[in-house]
Amino acid sequence: MDQIFFILQSVVGEAIAPATAGVAIAVIGLNIHFGYTGLLNIGQAGFMLLGAYGMAISITKGLPMVIAVLIGLLLALIFATILGAPTLKLRGDYLAIVTISAAEIIRYVGRLASLEGFTGGAQGIPGSQYSGPFRNLSFFGSGSWTLSPFNYETLGGSTAVRLLGLLVTIALITVTVLFVRRTKLAGVATRSPMADGLVITGLVVLSLLAVLFTFPQTLTRTGVDGWWVRGVAWTVVLICSLLVLLLVRSPWGRLLRGVREDEEAMRSLGKNVFAVKMQALIIGGMFGALGGMVYVLASTVQADALARQITFFAYTALLLGGAATIFGPVLGTVIFFGARILVREASRIYVPDSIIADNKTDVFSLMVVGVALMLLVVYRPQGILGDKRELRFHV
Amino acid sequence: MSDVSTAQGLADPAARKALMAEVERVPGAAKPDPILKVDKIVRRFGGVTAVDVEHLEVQRGIITALIGPNGAGKTTFFNLITGFDKPSSAGQGAAWTFQGKSLNRTAASSVAKAGMVRTFQLTKSLNRMTVIENMLLGAQGQTGERLALSMFRPTWRSQEREVNEKALGLLERFKLLEKKDDYAGSLSGGQRKLLEMARALMTDPTMIMLDEPMAGVNPALTQSLLGHVQSLRDEGMTVLFVEHDMHVVRHISDWVVVMAEGRVVAEGPADTVMSDPAVVDAYLGAHHDTDLGDDALLEDGVIAGLEEEEKQRNEEAGA
Repeated sequence: MDQIFFILQSVVGEAIAPATAGVAIAVIGLNIHFGYTGLLNIGQAGFMLLGAYGMAISITKGLPMVIAVLIGLLLALIFATILGAPTLKLRGDYLAIVTISAAEIIRYVGRLASLEGFTGGAQGIPGSQYSGPFRNLSFFGSGSWTLSPFNYETLGGSTAVRLLGLLVTIALITVTVLFVRRTKLAGVATRSPMADGLVITGLVVLSLLAVLFTFPQTLTRTGVDGWWVRGVAWTVVLICSLLVLLLVRSPWGRLLRGVREDEEAMRSLGKNVFAVKMQALIIGGMFGALGGMVYVLASTVQADALARQITFFAYTALLLGGAATIFGPVLGTVIFFGARILVREASRIYVPDSIIADNKTDVFSLMVVGVALMLLVVYRPQGILGDKRELRFHV
Repeated sequence: MSDVSTAQGLADPAARKALMAEVERVPGAAKPDPILKVDKIVRRFGGVTAVDVEHLEVQRGIITALIGPNGAGKTTFFNLITGFDKPSSAGQGAAWTFQGKSLNRTAASSVAKAGMVRTFQLTKSLNRMTVIENMLLGAQGQTGERLALSMFRPTWRSQEREVNEKALGLLERFKLLEKKDDYAGSLSGGQRKLLEMARALMTDPTMIMLDEPMAGVNPALTQSLLGHVQSLRDEGMTVLFVEHDMHVVRHISDWVVVMAEGRVVAEGPADTVMSDPAVVDAYLGAHHDTDLGDDALLEDGVIAGLEEEEKQRNEEAGA
């Protein structure tokens, strides 16, 4: 039992990590590209790396935090414009080729020994050189803190209480899922979308509290990898999700989906398809850069940490959560990273060393996740939050 | 200008007849008030010349039908003048003007903005969007489509409401109202044709170009569609359409342009054009008025008669 709790404890820890939040923001951007506009960007990691470099280098050169973040975003804007200008008039595949190679170019340039003064070469820029100004902004105080303060230990800390907490958590999550599915099935016919939204929000908050009751996390308040980083990271995730909500529910969001469905039809209706695609590429890329900045806040800016695989993780998370949904990217990322740790720790603890050595469990977890993705695409291609009706007429 | 008065007067069939009566019945004839003028437009695909139109004018405020055999270049011609394709003769005298404005270098989206909107032979409905969303996309000049303002709902809420009302009105007219929240991909082929036409009308065009609007639509619906097209004309819109159903063409068109092998081979009112021997040979066939479902055709006497007639025609052609 203790082992199971230990595994789940680390799963929850990974799910709320700043790196998870960073990838979630990048996936939100990718959702604008791929989910809403149908742009096949296979270089989201390049946007992340550019944002991270932009912010970190600016801070190490003595610029204030705000300016540094703006520089990171500006770099993404320029990068997106350069990539989009020649390719967005062509068929979608060309953008895919250009983005994946451009992301690799950024990574190799970052590793260049001759640029060591800026990018730190292959070693990268250690967090201590740029995360100082960020931590100075903290109003969380010092010392350590446990979330949630009300947890199974305050109720005696017995295994029975913890088990009960786990059961309540599972029950709450099940109820949430069932409720969401019911409102989804009702579709447009729901009489009060507002009330449904409130109920779902309430259920999600309750589920989170139950999770943190059973698996409380103790971290420093303002440390390198503490609550301050997490608080800021997830606040940014929330703000980004709300921004996307506002954007895609507007007539502009309608343009994006129209472009995804049929560019020629959009042209015949007098819409400037190229401009719409360019705007989408830039906005999604800037979300990617922001995600990159959040990703490196608690670690280092190292080119190989934001390589191709992060782009593929991002696609997996997007398909898992549901493309072209508002909260799918966040949910997908959290589940993706949580599931990886679950498989890794479980195989480390339960599978004998003679079958899978401890240092190979990470690779094994990626294999399992890969197989899971294949099964997902075959049996539930719309993802967790997607609308199955949309798939019936996929062309 | 007399534009306005003529446009309104054209709801009267006699007025349309009188207007077009003085136009010469030759390919490329000048019209009293052309809305679209096309010159020296050529499109080659490798060695095949798909379109080679020397001169063509389309009269404002009437319904013009574009007919011709398969492969005559009708759709390519549509693509060229709406900016979806570029003529091979670009820079060598290819020129076309819409309402006096040159469109030689204009992108497809700007052509639509200028007021010339087309539909497609193979309908392009936006499948994973609802019918009403398809319609709303047609509206022009939406504030909420500007990225900077899209996040601020108050800036576009009232406009959205107006556009929505207009869309609902059009959907009702095209009998799609009860489908408004269904995905466009779930509609039947005929309903998609209707949706596409309704969506094109959302743009408030001055000229609408329909590529085979009646193909795949049931007879009752064809009737009502014809009614819609005529009422568009009566409201002052110019209609240019491609159609293979000669009954439809004869019924609603005020002027017919015949294309064959990329060229305009004949022009004139429906009845004149359809009795033109060149048109009959190239396109209609000698018995285009015969009902192929008529059982009388199966009787021996009739078939023998047709054979006889065919033989005679062959002899004439040989002589």
